[in-house]
Amino acid sequence: MEQMIEKIPEPATAKPRLRLQPTKGWVPINFQELREYRELLYFMTWRDIKVRYKQTVIGAAWAIIQPFLTMVVFSLFFGRLAGVPSDDIPYPIFTYAALVPWTFFANGLTNSANSLVTNANLIKKVYFPRLILPVSAILSGVVDFVLAFVVLIGMMLFYNIVPTANVIWLPAFLLLALVTSLGVGLWFAAMNVQFRDVRYAIQFLVQFWMFATPVAYPSSMIENDVLRALYGINPMAGVIEGFRWALLGTQTAPDAIIGVSALVALLVLVGGLYYFKRLEKTFADVV
Amino acid sequence: MSDIAIDLQNIGKQYKIGGERQRYRALRDTITDAVKAPVRRARQVLRGQAYGAADLNETFWALRDVNLQIKDGEVVGVIGRNGAGKSTLLKILSRITEPSEGYADIYGRVGALLEVGTGFHPELTGRENIFLNGAVLGMRRSEIVRKFDEIIAFAEVEKFIDTPVKHYSSGMALRLGFSVAAHLEPEILLVDEVLAVGDLAFQKKCLGKMDDVAKSGRTVLLVSHNMAAIANLCTATVLLNRGQLVNYGPTAEIIEQYLKIAESAENSEEILENSRHVANIELKNEQGDSANHILLGDRLTIEVTLKNTDQIAVPVVSLFICNHYGDRLIMLGSQMQANLKIPGNGTPRLSVTTDPIHLLPGLYTVDVGIGSGFDLAEYLHGVTSFTIEYADLFETGKLPSAKQGVIAQKATWDLR
Repeated sequence: MEQMIEKIPEPATAKPRLRLQPTKGWVPINFQELREYRELLYFMTWRDIKVRYKQTVIGAAWAIIQPFLTMVVFSLFFGRLAGVPSDDIPYPIFTYAALVPWTFFANGLTNSANSLVTNANLIKKVYFPRLILPVSAILSGVVDFVLAFVVLIGMMLFYNIVPTANVIWLPAFLLLALVTSLGVGLWFAAMNVQFRDVRYAIQFLVQFWMFATPVAYPSSMIENDVLRALYGINPMAGVIEGFRWALLGTQTAPDAIIGVSALVALLVLVGGLYYFKRLEKTFADVV
Repeated sequence: MSDIAIDLQNIGKQYKIGGERQRYRALRDTITDAVKAPVRRARQVLRGQAYGAADLNETFWALRDVNLQIKDGEVVGVIGRNGAGKSTLLKILSRITEPSEGYADIYGRVGALLEVGTGFHPELTGRENIFLNGAVLGMRRSEIVRKFDEIIAFAEVEKFIDTPVKHYSSGMALRLGFSVAAHLEPEILLVDEVLAVGDLAFQKKCLGKMDDVAKSGRTVLLVSHNMAAIANLCTATVLLNRGQLVNYGPTAEIIEQYLKIAESAENSEEILENSRHVANIELKNEQGDSANHILLGDRLTIEVTLKNTDQIAVPVVSLFICNHYGDRLIMLGSQMQANLKIPGNGTPRLSVTTDPIHLLPGLYTVDVGIGSGFDLAEYLHGVTSFTIEYADLFETGKLPSAKQGVIAQKATWDLR
C-alpha cells in the first residue's frame, strides 16, 4: 500500500510565476525577497569585515586608532587650548563617547554611499536586491564600533565613571545612528551611480557634518530649550547626546532632541528607501 | 500551458547611447541646468532621468519585439553576431536589468551564469570565495556545505583551498569559478559564453558538465560563439540579429542561417561607409575572381583601396586575418613585408596575395589598420569575412577540419 502511494505522481503543482516587465514610478519594497536573500546579506557583511584589514600591519587596531587619535587631538586643541566646556566631564572621555558613534556613522555613510560603485561588477552580472549592498556596508561597521567601544569602557574605568541605568537605551541610540547612516547613505548611493561627483562631495559632507554635531562640544551650549530640541534635526546630535546621557550621565535628559532626531532619521530613511528603489532598475545599465 | 518555462512577449530593451564623452558633457549640462532650473533638475534627479530630456532621444534598441516560448527541459542555444542582443536577453531574463517594453514570464527558479567567478575577492581564500560566490549566485549555505567537496574536486584546487585567490593562476581561479557555478541547481539555467575559459582539458570537462546539466531535464539557455558547443548541447537555437529575433528552430538549421548572416556584406558596407581611410576592400581567390570562399591551400588576394591618405604622413597598411572570436592569426603588413611606399595622395589601391593559405576550414574575418609609424590613424574590426573551404590538401582523401587546431601544416612522415 505504501509503495503504491509513493508511485502516485505528484500533482502538477503550478510553478511560481515571475513576471518581468517595465516598472514605472515608485517601486514598493519587497520584504519577502529581502528575507530570502538574508544569507547573502550575511555573506556580504562578512566579506566586508574579513577583507577590510587584510594585508594591513596592525589590522583591526585601525578601528580603535581612528577615533582614539581624534580624541587626543580634540582634547589638546578644544579641551585644553580653547577650553571648550564638557558638561563637567573629563574632556577626553566626553569627546570619545561621541567619537565612537560618530565614526560608526561617518564610515557607514561613506561606505554605503560608495557601495554600489565599488560593487559595480556584481550589479552588472548578478541579480539580487541591491539594498543588500548599502546595508551590508553599514552592518560591517558594527565590528569596528564594538572594538572602539571596548576602549570606551576602558576609559570609563580609568576615569571612574559608572554608567547610569539609562545605559539600557544605548542599543536604541546605536540603532538611531544606523538608521541615519543608512537613510543618508541610500540617497547618496543611488545618486553616486549616476554622478560620480558624490564620491568627492561625501568627504566634505562628513567633515562639515561633524562640526555641525556636538562631537567636540556639548549641545548644552545652546541654552534655549526649543532651539536645543531643534538641534535634533541633525539626527546625529540626538545620537551623541543620547550616548553621553546613557553612559556618562550628563545632566540634561535629551528626550526632546532625541524625539526630533528619531523622527527626522526615520523620514530620511523612508525617503532614501523609496528613492533607492526608484532608481534601482537603472543601476545595472548606468553603473 | 504548464510546460512552458520561459514566455517572452514583445520584449524590448532600450539603451541610452553614451560613451565617456557624452557622459561628461551630460554632467556639465547637469550643472548648468541646475543653475538655470533647479526645480526641474531636482525632479529629474528624483526620477533618475539624470541625463536630461534632450538626451533621451539618443537611444537605441538593443532588443525589440522579441516573442519566444521555451518549453520546460529544453536546452536552447542563443547565437548571433556581436551586438545582436544575446547578452541583453540574458540580462533581462536573469533580472539584472528590466525590459523597456513587453513582459517575460518565468516559471521556476532561475540561476544565471553570466561570468565566471562573479564576486570573487582576491584577498579571500578559495574556501571563503566558494561560500561568497555561491551565495552571490543564489545558493543556500547548507547547499554549499553539502556540495563543497565536489566543488573543489571538480576545480582541482584541493591543495590551495586555504590560499588567497590572488595567488591563484588565472586558470585556477576560472576553474574554481566555473566549478561553483556548475553546482548550481536551478530549474532554469542561463549561461553566457563561459565555456570559453581555461585550458583545453578543462573546457572539455565544462562541456561534459554542461551536457549532464542538459540531460538532467533542466531548462537551459546558452549563449555562445562556439558553434560546436551549441550544436552538441542544444536541441533548439535562437538566432538574433540587431536586436531582432530572426528565427527559432532546430539547431542545425539555425546555425547554417547564422553563418550566412555572419558572412553577409551588409555589415561590411556599413563599416566602409563610416571609414575615414578605407574606400573599399575586396577578396579574390586564386583564379582572380571576387570571392568569399577560399579553398584550403589556395592563395588569397586582398585588395584595399584607400582614401584621404594626405592626412597620413607615411601611410602604412596592416591587414589581420582573425578567427571568428576576433583573435588575430595572420598579419600582412605593407611595411614589414614589402617596405611599400604608399603615395600620400589620390586613392591608392593596394593588393596583397598570400602564399597558399593553410588555415583550417571555418569563418575568418579581416581587420584593417592604417597608420604612420607608431600612430594608428584608423582600425577597422571585421571589415570583411571569408570562409576557408574543405580541400584535400594532403592528397590523402582525408579532409582537415576545424577541430584539429588552427592551421593545416604539411609534413613528411617516415616509418623506419
